[in-house]
Amino acid sequence: MIRSYGQLFKFGMGLVITVFTLVFGPALLAVPFIPDKDEQILERLPLAADPVSRELRALRNKLNTNPDRLELAVKLAQQYIAIGKTESDPRFYGYAQGVLMPWWNSKEPPSEVLLLRALILQNRHDFDSALQDLELLLRREPKNTQAWLTRAVILQVRARYDDAQLSCLPLMESDTLLAGTCLSNISSLTGHAVKSYDFLYDALSGAGVISADQRLWSLTVLAEIAARLGKNKEANYFFTEALKIRRQDAYLLAAYADFLLDEKRPVQVMALLSGRTRIDSLLLRLALAKQQLAANDLPDILAQIKARFEASRLRGESLHQGDEARFTLYLLKQPQQALRLAQANWALQREPKDARILLESAIAANNAAAAQPVIEMLAKTGMEHLQLRRLAARLEKN
Amino acid sequence: MVFAHKASDSYLALKISGPTIKGQWDIALRDLDYAISLDTNDDSAITWGELRKKRESVSTYAFSHLQIFAGSLRCRISPADYMVDTHTDGAYAVLQFEVDCPEQLAAISVNYTLFFDLDPQHRGLLRVDYQGATHTALLSPAQNLQKFELNQLKSGTAFLQYLQEGIRHIWTGYDHIMFLLSLLLPAVLYRQAKQWQSELRFRPVLMEVIKIVTAFTIAHSITLCLATLGVISLPSRWVESAIAASVILAALNNLYPLISNKLWLVAFGFGLIHGLGFANVLKDLGLPQHMLLLTLLAFNLGVEIGQLTIVSGFLPAAFWLRQTWWYRKLLVSLGSGLIAIIASIWLLERSLNLRLINW
Repeated sequence: MIRSYGQLFKFGMGLVITVFTLVFGPALLAVPFIPDKDEQILERLPLAADPVSRELRALRNKLNTNPDRLELAVKLAQQYIAIGKTESDPRFYGYAQGVLMPWWNSKEPPSEVLLLRALILQNRHDFDSALQDLELLLRREPKNTQAWLTRAVILQVRARYDDAQLSCLPLMESDTLLAGTCLSNISSLTGHAVKSYDFLYDALSGAGVISADQRLWSLTVLAEIAARLGKNKEANYFFTEALKIRRQDAYLLAAYADFLLDEKRPVQVMALLSGRTRIDSLLLRLALAKQQLAANDLPDILAQIKARFEASRLRGESLHQGDEARFTLYLLKQPQQALRLAQANWALQREPKDARILLESAIAANNAAAAQPVIEMLAKTGMEHLQLRRLAARLEKN
Repeated sequence: MVFAHKASDSYLALKISGPTIKGQWDIALRDLDYAISLDTNDDSAITWGELRKKRESVSTYAFSHLQIFAGSLRCRISPADYMVDTHTDGAYAVLQFEVDCPEQLAAISVNYTLFFDLDPQHRGLLRVDYQGATHTALLSPAQNLQKFELNQLKSGTAFLQYLQEGIRHIWTGYDHIMFLLSLLLPAVLYRQAKQWQSELRFRPVLMEVIKIVTAFTIAHSITLCLATLGVISLPSRWVESAIAASVILAALNNLYPLISNKLWLVAFGFGLIHGLGFANVLKDLGLPQHMLLLTLLAFNLGVEIGQLTIVSGFLPAAFWLRQTWWYRKLLVSLGSGLIAIIASIWLLERSLNLRLINW
């Protein structure tokens, strides 16, 4: 009980603060207001002063007068999806779906629409429906490169490596480097990492003039294989080379940030991600870097991340349970809850990073049984992955 | 704060109390710009000026995509204030509105079609507050109609929300705090030869505070219950004026003490009036008839928690400072004087129905 006046004073103040936050906290967060000045800027639109934005608007105006014109709708949707992907901004996928509405609910839409619909469904993590659309498209057009490639990527996310490899093969006919990158990406996960790495390295060096997109992807895959193999110097080199091609790519930024975090180079992570934290996955990595640096503004960032997860839950969505598990484990330090999220995520996505957070939360939650699916996956595929193997070894020792 | 990239949502809140519905609709500026172009000067930034000038078109556009029904009859929506707020992904226009329904509210339905044609991944996040309980629903192209039966709301949420309202009322209705503080300020002192002396021991101070607080609590609980259950009923102007008068008297008593050892009696007597004031607040919140006692209990409990919190903050501080000259001279005299002046203004305002100061 309370023994001194000092204690009594502390107790009283503590009670006042607790009740105050409980009662007024939610109300303080959001209060509508009327700005003082007309000049006050409320919102900056994306693609500021970008010529792409004008081109898009022109296309949209054309389509508005004639919404059933397939070639216009497809062109606009393609552009929206491209922006949505680089910016990792789901609104653009919504716009793409909007312009495809005249065909969206059809069982047999035009082939161009099938591909775009698959990409939009993939973005929403509705992988089964996306695969169905791709199968239908490939029955119609067995030589559709984009369809085979997208299918391979989805199957890889699902850890269906054999099927994914088969989906890479038809790419041989049109583009050997594309097929080579697709194949090495997947076979590097099935016990052939060194061979895949050498093969892809030679293929890329020997390639003549290739597109920026192709080069970016090949370099990213090389960097990731190198990182899994523990060739850190090489990984760092390929990541930096890839960034020289496009600094905007959300996937690349996240992958490099993860590498740097493992290397305990938080300052570089901050530099890499500054100005890109509209994207949830990148804000999370920034927070992890700040945690390594014990930065003062970490609580503020944690509150922001929490609010973002909360907002997506209100929508009834849980698209980023892998990241949320990581947030919960490392930043909130709640291993049991993190494990639940990591397990739910594993049911949907099975990339190496999904395996890793499941192992990490299983270890933290002292629940070896929960890690079993990953242990089995590692045994079955023979995946070479330094961190995963270390984590699995730790589990077996206990 | 950096805004997130997030799929498009709007936040639609309906507050139902008695026969009236008040609404607030937060719609992202990015989405409005995509639909009806807000960026008039084409500089990729939306200013308040641009948004303000588009008020008509924003309002027309939004409300042509929302219908509210009572039973099967359509209600009339009248736009009210137009403001701005921020959510995780950026700035939102805030459209406040009032809803008039032709029929008694038994069930209300919301038909929502905003942005579904432009962005089928858009969602409306609906929140209905009714008699202290909150219901939420998701509006999507596949499920754009949501219906609420108004008598099927959960008692657990209602309890918590009335509890919160009770605490909030004590803390934001400054008249109750001031009354209590006026009575408590001299609790760490005692009167001797027309001078305030510091009470050295803690026990008598604690007993004095307990007596005052308990008396106030019992008294206002009695009248709160009686008034809520309809046993007594007094005009609110009378009650509010009497509350202001009670604050003045309690404060003046510190300056020119008439009663200095039976303050708990004062607390009890005036507590009866304060209870009537609480009852008016509770009536304004709207009371669910089928859980009247439960919400009454919750609200009263909230009031007690709020009050206890103030006391437990005040008591240690006052006891700690009681021997300083400025507690006795400055705080007790000047504080009480200030409270008396403020309460006098309230008394004038409330009894004459004036507005002297914008509180």
